[in-house]
Amino acid sequence: MKVNVHALYNNDNTLINSIKIIQSHNYDIHEVYSPFPIHNLTEILKLKKTNLSFLSFIYGLLGFFIACILTWYVMIWDWPQNIGGKPSFSWIKNMPSFIPVIFEFTIFFSAHFMCISYLIQCKLYPGCMPKNPDSRTTDNMFLIEIHTEKNTEKLIDLLKIHGAIEVSIKKNVK
Amino acid sequence: MLNHYDSPIRQPLVLGKKTFKNITNDILNPIKNKAGNLWWISFSISILAFLWGVGCIFYTISTGIGVWGLNKTINWAWDITNFVWWVGIGHAGTLISAVLLLFRQKWRLSINRSAEAMTIFAVIQAGLFPIIHMGRPWNAHWVLPIPNQFGSLWPNFNSPLLWDVFAISTYFSVSTVFWFMGLIPDFAMIRDRISDPFQKKIYSILSFGWGGTSKDWQRFEEISLILAGLCTPLVFSVHTIVSFDFSTSVIKGWHSTIFPPYFVAGAIFSGFAMVQTLLGVARKVLYLENYITRNHIEYMNMIILLTGWIVLLAYISEFILAWYSGNPFEKFIYFSVEASKGPFWWAFWTLIICNIIIPQFLWFKSIRRSFFWSYVIAIIINIGMWFERFDIIVLNLSHDYLPSSWTGFIPSFVDVGIFIGTIGLFFILYLLYIRVFPVISQSELKTILNPDYPDHNKK
Repeated sequence: MKVNVHALYNNDNTLINSIKIIQSHNYDIHEVYSPFPIHNLTEILKLKKTNLSFLSFIYGLLGFFIACILTWYVMIWDWPQNIGGKPSFSWIKNMPSFIPVIFEFTIFFSAHFMCISYLIQCKLYPGCMPKNPDSRTTDNMFLIEIHTEKNTEKLIDLLKIHGAIEVSIKKNVK
Repeated sequence: MLNHYDSPIRQPLVLGKKTFKNITNDILNPIKNKAGNLWWISFSISILAFLWGVGCIFYTISTGIGVWGLNKTINWAWDITNFVWWVGIGHAGTLISAVLLLFRQKWRLSINRSAEAMTIFAVIQAGLFPIIHMGRPWNAHWVLPIPNQFGSLWPNFNSPLLWDVFAISTYFSVSTVFWFMGLIPDFAMIRDRISDPFQKKIYSILSFGWGGTSKDWQRFEEISLILAGLCTPLVFSVHTIVSFDFSTSVIKGWHSTIFPPYFVAGAIFSGFAMVQTLLGVARKVLYLENYITRNHIEYMNMIILLTGWIVLLAYISEFILAWYSGNPFEKFIYFSVEASKGPFWWAFWTLIICNIIIPQFLWFKSIRRSFFWSYVIAIIINIGMWFERFDIIVLNLSHDYLPSSWTGFIPSFVDVGIFIGTIGLFFILYLLYIRVFPVISQSELKTILNPDYPDHNKK
């Protein structure tokens, strides 16, 4: 039967050292909660690189093409006008004056859709139940969540020796 | 390997031997505690100013634009001056957040949240002016390319005024998203600390269930960087496009290729001055003396000095072009010998004194690091930059190509009232913000504390 062990730390340097030691003893670190982003943690936990930057680029491209189509449809196809002796009969010839709008659309799509993707990927939405198991992790504490079937006594000793100020076995994990 | 690095030569950015817990409490206190007398006095004054503005807006819309001090020659003056001034103020926030984030400038951490909020509130004020100036603000949606009941009625994508619509609305929405995304971890901190059930519910909704897992933080840092990368060109594009309103026209004095970089530098100049002004208040009212230090003030003053000199360079270019072109109409542009002697000499000299002479005192280290003098100089720059926009618009329009149409401009009480109303609304929003939102990005600020060395900030 798997159990869920929570170890609390009050220092991010101790946390990092402790994670390395836990990993060297082949325990499965399920999650780490912290009040701020910790340098190195991504590498130590071997987290996969996020695809948000690539998605942002794709969304930007989408915005770019929509702006091109919109300016072409409005100014060239649907209602070409001759404004101040400058006729709107060719998109490519008018394109320099469309650049500001195309640029703004690109940034708009890139920024907003990337943020929506981020919220979806992190499962964050208004009114969602707090994900952190201990409310102190948004203040000054760092928490390591370990799922294990091994000897928990040995694990608790290991965590306490290496700086955990509080260790608890929370619940059974199916 | 340690996660924190203390520079042996740089001054600490947080004073008072703060711990993670101290930062949480210091940011939480203004939200948990009741507002002080100073806050209520400021809020009441802002409400009065806002109500005056609302009255003037109502009078304008119900009567017509004729109640403004405009005439057939100067058909936009006070309102567009205010619009450009407010947009300019809105630039420093995103600049502090985005550009300084990309350059890894940690001193931004204590001030970026206030600056971002200032951006959003300033852009709201800016957006009001073109909408009111339309005369029929209920038709404001016509500027958007949306299907309508009039057949093929589309906005003109060749017009700089339409570029403004897209630039400012994109700037506003992207800046708001940037601001809100950074707030989510701080809302979670408040959610987990606050005891009042109603407030807890509100902050639970706002915090989106944030837990601070390692993956959440990894993605958070990624989107912060990308948003900063997207916001940086946006900062430059918005004021460039605002300057296109003028520079693509044929009015002498406006038809100038130097306008885009000149406007951007001017916007940063005035924006930083407004950040100084607001932080000077927030520092005292919210007891943030340990977070907004002399170093922060000095760094901002250095940027003010730099952008002030870029603006001065643009003034010199404009002056030389007016003189060297030999064009009789260029002689009357806002930066010429005639402007200094003409009917608007007072506006010209206010500009010179406020934007060129006074900021040079920042070369002195004692003044640059003084809270009081920085505050005074920042307010003077705000006034000067308003006069710069007034000079560009009114002086150039008042002496057009047709001497028979030369005229002056006197604002009506409605013009003044609407401007004061927007200042009132700006401060209402800012005062409400400092009461209910975390004014400092506590989660990011904690990254620069070194918990292994409690005396790290004792230097």
